[in-house]
Amino acid sequence: MTTSHSSAPEGARSAALTARRSRGTKVRRQRVKAAWLFLTPMLIALALVAGWPLFRTFFLSFTDASLSDLGTANFIGFENYLVHDNGRWFGILADSVWWQSVWNTVYFSVVSVSLEVVFGVIVALILNAEFKGRTIVRAAVLIPWAIPTIVSAQMWAWMLNDQFGIINHMLMGIGVIDDPIAWTASATYSMWAVIMVDVWKTIPFVALLVLAALQMLPKDCYEAAEVDGIHPVRVFFKVTLPLITPALMVAVIFRLLDALRVFDVIYVLTSNSTSTMSMSVYARQQLVEFQDVGYGSAASTLLFLIIALATIAYIYAGRKQLQLGGDA
Amino acid sequence: MTARQLGKIAKRVGFWALIVLIMVYAVFPFYYAVITSLKPSSELFRVELWPSSWHLGNYVQILTEASFLRAILNSIVVAISVVFIALLLGITASYALGRVRFRGRSTVLLVILGVSMFPQVAVLSGLFEVIRTLNLYNNPAGLILSYTIFTLPFTVWVLTTFMKQLPMELEEAAIMDGATPWITITKVFLPLMWPAMATTGLLAFIAAWNEFLFALTFTLTDTQRTVPVAIALLSGGSSYELPWGPIMAASVVVTVPLVVLVIIFQRRIVSGLTAGAVKG
Repeated sequence: MTTSHSSAPEGARSAALTARRSRGTKVRRQRVKAAWLFLTPMLIALALVAGWPLFRTFFLSFTDASLSDLGTANFIGFENYLVHDNGRWFGILADSVWWQSVWNTVYFSVVSVSLEVVFGVIVALILNAEFKGRTIVRAAVLIPWAIPTIVSAQMWAWMLNDQFGIINHMLMGIGVIDDPIAWTASATYSMWAVIMVDVWKTIPFVALLVLAALQMLPKDCYEAAEVDGIHPVRVFFKVTLPLITPALMVAVIFRLLDALRVFDVIYVLTSNSTSTMSMSVYARQQLVEFQDVGYGSAASTLLFLIIALATIAYIYAGRKQLQLGGDA
Repeated sequence: MTARQLGKIAKRVGFWALIVLIMVYAVFPFYYAVITSLKPSSELFRVELWPSSWHLGNYVQILTEASFLRAILNSIVVAISVVFIALLLGITASYALGRVRFRGRSTVLLVILGVSMFPQVAVLSGLFEVIRTLNLYNNPAGLILSYTIFTLPFTVWVLTTFMKQLPMELEEAAIMDGATPWITITKVFLPLMWPAMATTGLLAFIAAWNEFLFALTFTLTDTQRTVPVAIALLSGGSSYELPWGPIMAASVVVTVPLVVLVIIFQRRIVSGLTAGAVKG
């Protein structure tokens, strides 16, 4: 009695469930199909501007292609990279200018990213404090970030001008230097000039990322620290810094990848001078100015590998799990 | 006055001094560019912090120069097209990535992240070939195509983050009413996505407006250039005396719209940057 009574509605319910589930899978299947349909244009676009060109760059690096005649390239193996000929080594890996540009790029990246992180954190801490006019200060701090790199390079080139530049003028005014410095031309100072401009331009980016992290920090541990009378500097190093480390790591990797491929600041401030030449500047010079697509492509490929390795090393070393959005 | 009060005052003064320092550091170079742009070339050697007279000659010179006006037009066309394409492809892709679970989704996201880390030079020769094959060399359309490489990954990434935050119920209701995914996007999500699209659009616009390497390499003649290249090459005009006045005037003209946009959309930009980077 009870069985027949309960089985009828149960059967009906399970039938309804199956129906709903099959409609559910139908909707699901339709959505998955739509998803791929929606992704296709983007994937094609990326393949056209990223995948295929990268593959071709890689391929061209093993040829003697020249810019004026890309069609008739001969396969020459690793000759662009390294070749032993008549008792001498040739190729990029034997080119001292290339190694100079590698060193310049690494030096530039490490120094400027370190400075940006330190100053970015300081600026973020200040913007995080409650004070009148915070919005205005925040907008002002954003300005360097909004200015095109080319423009900021020109602006600083003018300020760093050896004869009429305001920087020399001010430094001489306060007696730091006796004679004007040729900031962008001298081998000693030009790298610092480039770093100065880059730091100025990118502090806002780091500061904003850190600020976002600061604003998500729990308030109560600060109240507790204040009650216990712990010195703010100690609080910063023991509480704040560990908590904002993940955001800092993200900022550092974004900035580091940007710095390793730096081109425009250096190109505009010091053009092709070897004392500041970055790997990107070197590759473009070979590619466009010397028309040597094979050689330039080899340099580009090496730069790509260096950046890929840096990324992988960084992600592993930092054990930072980049959230790939597995929680949708 | 006790030592404690003195210390408090000193702290406040120090704090405000630091704020002023930061403000000056951030704004001064731009301010100095504006001042320089207002000087006739005869007065350029005089270093001063406040313009003694207003002289608009540099602006007149720049804004009557056909090639510079053309460069501005090119930049506007390129940047707007890039924004439009990036948003169109980005919004559909971000729906797929943000709202649908399917196999291969993490791979696609990883690919997008990978592309955003490409050094531009690494694709330079390959892209040069593509552009030449498509007959787009020395044509702003070639730039529109090539800028996709850095705007699209970023747009998709940020929009996906926003897409994920939209409530599930909305979509369920739409599905119940029998809406197809396309209808769901255009009729349900799009109206809610405007703030996010404005943010990513603006960031893409700024990126396209500022781009230099591709613009320098893929264009050849004055009439096809974008503004950054035009400004960089202004300095190459004469090898002895750089026309600093006109260079600064051009720099100001190119930068003012961006600074105004950034100040207006300040909050949005902050949330966009952090959504793209921190949550990414």
